[in-house]
Amino acid sequence: MKQNTRTCQLFIAGLLTIVMIGACTPVKEYQKNRLNDSEMSLSNRKVEKNELNFQSYREGSAGANGGKTGGGCGCN
Amino acid sequence: MRRICLTLVGIYLLFLHAFSQTSAPQTAAPQTTAPANDTAYHSRKLKIDEVNLVSSYYWQNGDHSAIEGGIGSEKVTDLANGLELKLAAYDFKQRKNHLTLGFGLDHHTAASQAWVSSTGASKTGGTRLYPSINWARENETKGTTIGFGAIYSSEYNYHSLGLDAEFSAKTHHKGEFTAKLSTYLDQVKEIRPSEFNTVDTITNTTGGTVTYTTASGKTVTLNSGTSYTEETGKAAIPGTPRDTYTASFSFSQVINTRLQGVVLLDLVTQNGYLGLPFHRVYFADGKDTIENLPSTRYKLPIGIRLNYFLGDNVVLRGYYRYYTDSWGIHSHTASLEVPVKITPFFSVTPFYRYYTQTAARYFAPYEKHTESDSYWTSNYAYAAFTSSFFGTGIRIAPPAGIFHSSLKTLEIRYGHYTQTTDLVSDVISMNLTWK
Repeated sequence: MKQNTRTCQLFIAGLLTIVMIGACTPVKEYQKNRLNDSEMSLSNRKVEKNELNFQSYREGSAGANGGKTGGGCGCN
Repeated sequence: MRRICLTLVGIYLLFLHAFSQTSAPQTAAPQTTAPANDTAYHSRKLKIDEVNLVSSYYWQNGDHSAIEGGIGSEKVTDLANGLELKLAAYDFKQRKNHLTLGFGLDHHTAASQAWVSSTGASKTGGTRLYPSINWARENETKGTTIGFGAIYSSEYNYHSLGLDAEFSAKTHHKGEFTAKLSTYLDQVKEIRPSEFNTVDTITNTTGGTVTYTTASGKTVTLNSGTSYTEETGKAAIPGTPRDTYTASFSFSQVINTRLQGVVLLDLVTQNGYLGLPFHRVYFADGKDTIENLPSTRYKLPIGIRLNYFLGDNVVLRGYYRYYTDSWGIHSHTASLEVPVKITPFFSVTPFYRYYTQTAARYFAPYEKHTESDSYWTSNYAYAAFTSSFFGTGIRIAPPAGIFHSSLKTLEIRYGHYTQTTDLVSDVISMNLTWK
């Protein structure tokens, strides 16, 4: 049952990736003014760095957010 | 006549000035300004691209301290600071090289830390230092980047060496694929609660001065009638390894003129001493012991982030993560940030994050474990709970700099965090960027 759940989750992630690629419309460079806005950045804000660490110390899970996945300190 | 003569002298002097320059000597030193001809390029010197300072003050309270077996104060304060210096230079093949030097300094106080000693006499504070270095080379023609990094972390009971290698490539459809391999090779100092240390006492009952050797091999000289006591847990504290290996993958994609997203996947394996030696567990019969967790753990988090530019002034930043691991924890994380651009250079960002997890199969509260269990922990980070984290931030980034200085960005952010385990915390953070 747990194997099926994990397989299902991986399948959904792969499907989301394919949908993202398939839904793409061509974007010319002069149309990227909104996409290039600093608030549209796909990475975490620098100011969030320590927040992600504190969350990984107090919670049982970590990762998939550009932050720690484990190790490096006496925590997760 | 005088004017004509002066004019002719002036013109003659101009001619002399034009032919007075000598050609520059031929040396191997690279020039930093315009190239000598239209097609040759010269390397630029390493220059400071950006300086970042991130500081946070965190405070929390709760009543499920792992040091006291799932009860007791979880009061903690932490002041975390990170300074990052980014340098850049082009090499002879016109590839951009980035060198990032980082230095982190955290200081914390924890009320429960006093109870590592059964008398409550242990120190309650600690400091962590973590320098780092990262080099990356970007090939703008091919759209690829490779990089390597290292970080070292040191605190009283924990030492860590981290290494990583990264590769990224842009795709033809305005996407980017990144793969990163990283490892943390850690040493956990086996500092046990004091009641588990062996006490070795030597007493000189003879009439003179005698030299003894203790159980740990230390030599002591005692006068008649005096004693020497040694807690073997403190005399020579061994380190135990803990290793973490991570393969991280991400794929980002521009979807249309207002929407872009990224899918993130980490594959994590840990082995070694995965608990903490000063965490207590109390069995149902009242007897206490040290936390005991398996020596391997596999983790699989998958996340997706979608950013959408709504209208002319609002951005929606959504994130979702599913996590599962071999200890039985399954969790869901969902967050939404809504930056509102008051002006093109000033934005306010309210945010909310929701988190829920199931308990690890080795967790039980205070005095709920039995000695027949294979593993045991009362660390509430492994309990079943739900949490909320909400707050707001501001960002100021005028193109000419704040007050026309080299300080280009100022961000301040506050968040309030609550768990259904009664843990409550607040964090305030600041980021300054100079360019």
